[in-house]
Amino acid sequence: MPNKETLLEWYRQMTLIRQFEEKCHALYWDKRITGVYMHLYSGHEAIGVGAVAALREDDHAITSYRDHGIALARGIDPKPLMAEMMGKKTGISGGKGGSMHLASREHNFWGGYAIVAGHLPLAAGIALESRYNDKDAVVLCLLGDGASNNGYFHEALNMSAIWDLPVIWLIENNGYGMGTAVHRVSGQPELHKKAVAYGMKDLGCVDGQQVLEVYEAVSEAVAYARERGPVMLEAVTYRYSGHGVSDRQYNTRLEDELRDWLENKDPNKLFCQYLQSKYKGIDEQLHQLDLAMHALVEEAVEYAESQPAPTYDDLFTNVYA
Amino acid sequence: MTVMTLIDAIREAMDEELERDPRVFITGEDVGERGGVFRATQGLHEKYGDTRIVDSPLAELSIVAIGIGAALTDLRPICEIQFADFIHPAFNQIVNEAARFYYRSNGQWHVPLVIRSPYGGGIGGGLYHSQSVEAFFAHVPGLKIVVPSTPYDAKGLLKSAVRDPNPVLFFEPKKGYRAIKGEVPDDDYTIPIGPARIAREGRDLSVFAYGMMAHYTMMAAEKVAREDGIDAEVIDLRTLLPIDKAAILASVKKTGKALIVHEDNLTMGYGAEIAAVLSDEGFEYLDGPVKRYAAPDVPGVPFSHPMQEYFMPNPDKIADAIRDLAAY
Ligand SMILES: Cc1ncc(C[n+]2csc(CCOP(=O)(O)OP(=O)(O)O)c2C)c(N)n1
Ligand SMILES: [Mg+2]
Repeated sequence: MPNKETLLEWYRQMTLIRQFEEKCHALYWDKRITGVYMHLYSGHEAIGVGAVAALREDDHAITSYRDHGIALARGIDPKPLMAEMMGKKTGISGGKGGSMHLASREHNFWGGYAIVAGHLPLAAGIALESRYNDKDAVVLCLLGDGASNNGYFHEALNMSAIWDLPVIWLIENNGYGMGTAVHRVSGQPELHKKAVAYGMKDLGCVDGQQVLEVYEAVSEAVAYARERGPVMLEAVTYRYSGHGVSDRQYNTRLEDELRDWLENKDPNKLFCQYLQSKYKGIDEQLHQLDLAMHALVEEAVEYAESQPAPTYDDLFTNVYA
Repeated sequence: MTVMTLIDAIREAMDEELERDPRVFITGEDVGERGGVFRATQGLHEKYGDTRIVDSPLAELSIVAIGIGAALTDLRPICEIQFADFIHPAFNQIVNEAARFYYRSNGQWHVPLVIRSPYGGGIGGGLYHSQSVEAFFAHVPGLKIVVPSTPYDAKGLLKSAVRDPNPVLFFEPKKGYRAIKGEVPDDDYTIPIGPARIAREGRDLSVFAYGMMAHYTMMAAEKVAREDGIDAEVIDLRTLLPIDKAAILASVKKTGKALIVHEDNLTMGYGAEIAAVLSDEGFEYLDGPVKRYAAPDVPGVPFSHPMQEYFMPNPDKIADAIRDLAAY
């Protein structure tokens, strides 16, 4: 069982992610963040934080375009992340990638990927190096429910299985791929069961709103991957801001569903309640963390806005290594 | 005549073809109830139902390949690839199956398939929602490639594409979906796949473009006419494959100079082929070098707004390129 300090650190991260995402959302509608696509992690916090907490520093994380939360959970400074949202020269990807392509080599965070499921075989390749060089590092590969219907999924899973590659395939099942509900496009809507087709360890399905449950399940998965090979795990969650920030339509169509998740299954609220019942008198400490994260995000925005835009010459950098 | 946007014209073309031919159906991601990310299929699911407007899983390879299989049986699929950037997983199916089927079966089977896809940058989409992919496919005999720039052409050409017995890639300039408006006849009409269109007659030089760049080139041509008295002829190519050599040569025969504009990056782009045609068959007509104005050779349209603007051709930049060539 993680100690109080660890639990507070998770609370801090989950709060930071929520605040960061809400700020991004506001900045987008304020046109201070430009670009049309930005996919927020609000609602998914317990998965990102719980899963990344189960990793060591030398383990790897890779995810889809819904990547802000993983970047923050991996410990990347919000400043260059916010600068990337604004397309600044000092953004974490030099402004070239934007919201969907946050990545940091020094954090073993291999980034967000806009081509759905395209990162799955890459995750297997990263895991191959671990086997190749007799390391015991593992790769946490997060993917959406929609991605599990793509051909890349099949090939990557099969190869990871036959070569015993240390990958944790973690499906963040938020019920939809854009506007399409899972059961309409997945012959097997219990997504974790897809592992069976590859002879892969199926660790089942967890409540993606409970950070402790996610942490425990992913810890087991990590241990398995380190020792033996690939595993699959599904975490059920919900996206709060539609598919992406520009998709207001989803929210209005799914208003009742969304309200239910917000009121009854919000990961941050649930974890806050858990901490309050476990540690009497912790409220003030939690409140201070809320304020600190608010300030951290504000600082990141201030930093990002003060940063220079890329120049014409920057267009031509990093074309060839 | 009704004035409508590019996207409305595209939707109308599909609606009328669905109405006309029960073999026509549409598949792609969120094309059903949701009406597609750009609303190209809005209302069609309500009208034609689940069998004919089919939401697919996130699986571009199979969206296209299922279309090919169905087309072989003489159904008339219209496959939507949400963004041209996502077409690459289907590359094998398009190039190795769709394009070659008629040839390798010695005419036993043909592939009456349409693949529609929005392409192009300038919308803040970043590296994977901005690509121009026509050059990859323009190298492949057996395919037809259409890139309209006006609602009138889009509707007439899309109807021809649906009726065509061959695989047709129909690339739509997404930046123009709502920005480009124009008159469209109220009754059924088609525009043949193949011929280019003289969008603006002129004497001083010929500018060849397609899609969003044809639209921008028209703006640039008006600008240089106004500001510099340059009389540019604008040829909207509309169909990239097969290439309308006759129209290209006829225009340069008249003007003596050629500028090719595309939004795809320069090297090995579609413009190189036009330059080669002019060099091979139009050398006698030329009074100057064949020039190309295209996006820079970098691996995509970067996210950052200023970098996107550096990348993208626009009417002012095209006007400068026209002036440079006119001054030669
Ligand atoms: C190859 C490819 N096809 C389509 C898209 C457009 N698209 C982006 S996200 C998405 C839905 C993905 O859903 P899911 O995997 O469930 O992830 P979520 O967004 O729910 O986190 C689609 C269709 C894309 N980016 N890449
Ligand atoms: Mg999903």
